[in-house]
Amino acid sequence: MPQKGSTWNADRAILRIRELEHLPGALLPILHALQEEFGYIDKAAIPLIADALNISHAEVHGVISFYRDFRDTPSGRHVLKMCRAESCQSMGCDATIQHVEGRLGVKLGETTADASFTVEAVYCLGLCALSPAVMLDGKPYGRVSSEIADFLIDGMQRQK
Amino acid sequence: MSTKVYIPCDTGALAAGADAVARAVADLVTAHRLDVSVVRNGSRGMFWLEPLVEVETPRGRIAYGPVTANAVASLFDAGFLDGKPHSRCLGPTEDIPYLKRQERLTFARCGIVDPLSLSDYMSHGGYRGLDRALSLKPEAIVEEVANSGLRGRGGAGFPTGIKWRTVLNAAADQKYIVCNADEGDSGTYADRMIMEGDPFVLIEGMTIAGIAVGATSGYIYVRSEYPHAFGTLQRAISIAQESGYLGPNVADSGRSFHLDVRLGAGAYICGEETALLESLEGKRGQIRFKPPLPAIQGLFGKPTVVNNVISLATVPIILDAGAEYYRKFGMGRSRGTLTIQLSGNIKHGGLVEKAFGLTLREAIYDFGGGTASGRPFRAVQVGGPLGAYFPDSLLDTPLDYEIFAAKKGLLGHGGIVVFDDTVDLAKQARFAMEFCAHESCGKCTPCRIGSTRGVEVLDRIIANQDRAKNLALLDDLCELLLDGSLCGLGGLTPLPVLSALRHFPEDFSKLAPPQPARTPLPPEATETQPWR
Repeated sequence: MPQKGSTWNADRAILRIRELEHLPGALLPILHALQEEFGYIDKAAIPLIADALNISHAEVHGVISFYRDFRDTPSGRHVLKMCRAESCQSMGCDATIQHVEGRLGVKLGETTADASFTVEAVYCLGLCALSPAVMLDGKPYGRVSSEIADFLIDGMQRQK
Repeated sequence: MSTKVYIPCDTGALAAGADAVARAVADLVTAHRLDVSVVRNGSRGMFWLEPLVEVETPRGRIAYGPVTANAVASLFDAGFLDGKPHSRCLGPTEDIPYLKRQERLTFARCGIVDPLSLSDYMSHGGYRGLDRALSLKPEAIVEEVANSGLRGRGGAGFPTGIKWRTVLNAAADQKYIVCNADEGDSGTYADRMIMEGDPFVLIEGMTIAGIAVGATSGYIYVRSEYPHAFGTLQRAISIAQESGYLGPNVADSGRSFHLDVRLGAGAYICGEETALLESLEGKRGQIRFKPPLPAIQGLFGKPTVVNNVISLATVPIILDAGAEYYRKFGMGRSRGTLTIQLSGNIKHGGLVEKAFGLTLREAIYDFGGGTASGRPFRAVQVGGPLGAYFPDSLLDTPLDYEIFAAKKGLLGHGGIVVFDDTVDLAKQARFAMEFCAHESCGKCTPCRIGSTRGVEVLDRIIANQDRAKNLALLDDLCELLLDGSLCGLGGLTPLPVLSALRHFPEDFSKLAPPQPARTPLPPEATETQPWR
């Protein structure tokens, strides 16, 4: 399943904010909801959230930039999260990562020029008995050698 | 009667292809109009055998694994629905030595029940702990937990009963129970397994905690890398609410307890309890100064119990079977069981719940079967990215909080990551500093700046640049991190770094043979460098 996301729409954003603003500590749930809706958090959302929660623009911006999950630009159609923590290192994740970077022409954290893939580093997916592990569009895969990574990427490229 | 087939839905099983197996089974069942019901259970924790398919027979559950989607047809042909032999047949699940040799208290139901069936939960001893708790005074519940010897399984090992007592004795109009499910340590997945495989045990544990300390509201903070656990918890919470086990009148006791699950956003530091509380409040996940302790001023400034998933999920068995029963397991001051997670370069990776006291060697060889690559063992990191690297000579160390600390190690959350002889410990030490720099919340200088300086100093040591001077500098920097950091991230990063240097010095001088320092260090300075 490719990543969700649609063009920014202030009315829909306000609706999502209203659904959640009553929660204690509502900021993270709101940011997750907006990212789910649009695939990223548009800068235009900052004043809307700040008003709803009665906090400053700076506080909202500070939270968005603190957490690795929140993006301020859309991701590629497919997001490949590759674990590079110790357990996966012990099973050679560095070689798989290097292979994927070479094949797609990006570094971890970047999106391909055709916007088909975003490749990200993660630090542990809790699949440490099946290292090296990756998550492709939310689906987990274990024992991912360079060959299996190719197979997964091929599968996504055939889909479009 | 329809035959029950179990195919796990644990993320680990899914990563090994369990969904494709489930689809293949469903297709054949439909095509042949078989009377089969498929249960998506949690994992038994034997990941080299996943997807592990089980079938219920008069002889008990028979296991087959690892099963691929392509092999499903041959299983049906061989008569696996009657538990008949097949090349992938492992016999009765309970007789598999890996499982048989364990002492599963917290994980008693994981992999056995349907995670989202409350009736399954009840018929396997669920909610007996809560029943007993409801018959006790709050003080008596806290005493039971204190007497069991249960210590925080997140890694700090702080006595759970003492934490609860502090919250019980704090007067406030509102108190909270917060479950730390931000299991970010590499090599660990016990929290994820229990949340996905037996979520009601966590819900029950938190409910008991609420009743014990007088908290009516709870939050589970799950890391965003665990979307499946998050989904399972959301569904389990609504089932518990509908059945009256959560809400204004818990199990008709007149007591109220509300539970909510929140998603983290990819910050390792939010596994530290005060950063987690900040994050729950909707702020940047930055550390708070302590005191005040969260037990006095925690979430939204109110007294708060912050416990790890495994600690809370162990409370029901303690209340059900009694503190005496639980504390019979273990050694020294480490009572009960440890959920060991065998990870990394290991043949039989998986979850082993065992009384404290098992040695590392027994865990790695008797359970784990040695390295996955078949190459010689070289190092093991216990306790996550902030834990020490141990060589073969330390493998007879028993898993015990105090003994590990005495060997300058960390038991942590029980994750054991094995490395074969291809590992470069200088690279691992550098990664520890890099990870600290990457994940630092930025509040205190030793961690924020020191970690980056640490990477640079290690680079110079590895390049054999002013070696003696840089080694002394690294020692000094590690001491500063240890003494000057606000929390465990900066404070424990020296553990992997210094242990790598102490036990594997040869990896730090690969480029050139160690040269005599230009200015020889005075002997007392050499003394303070523990790796020499």
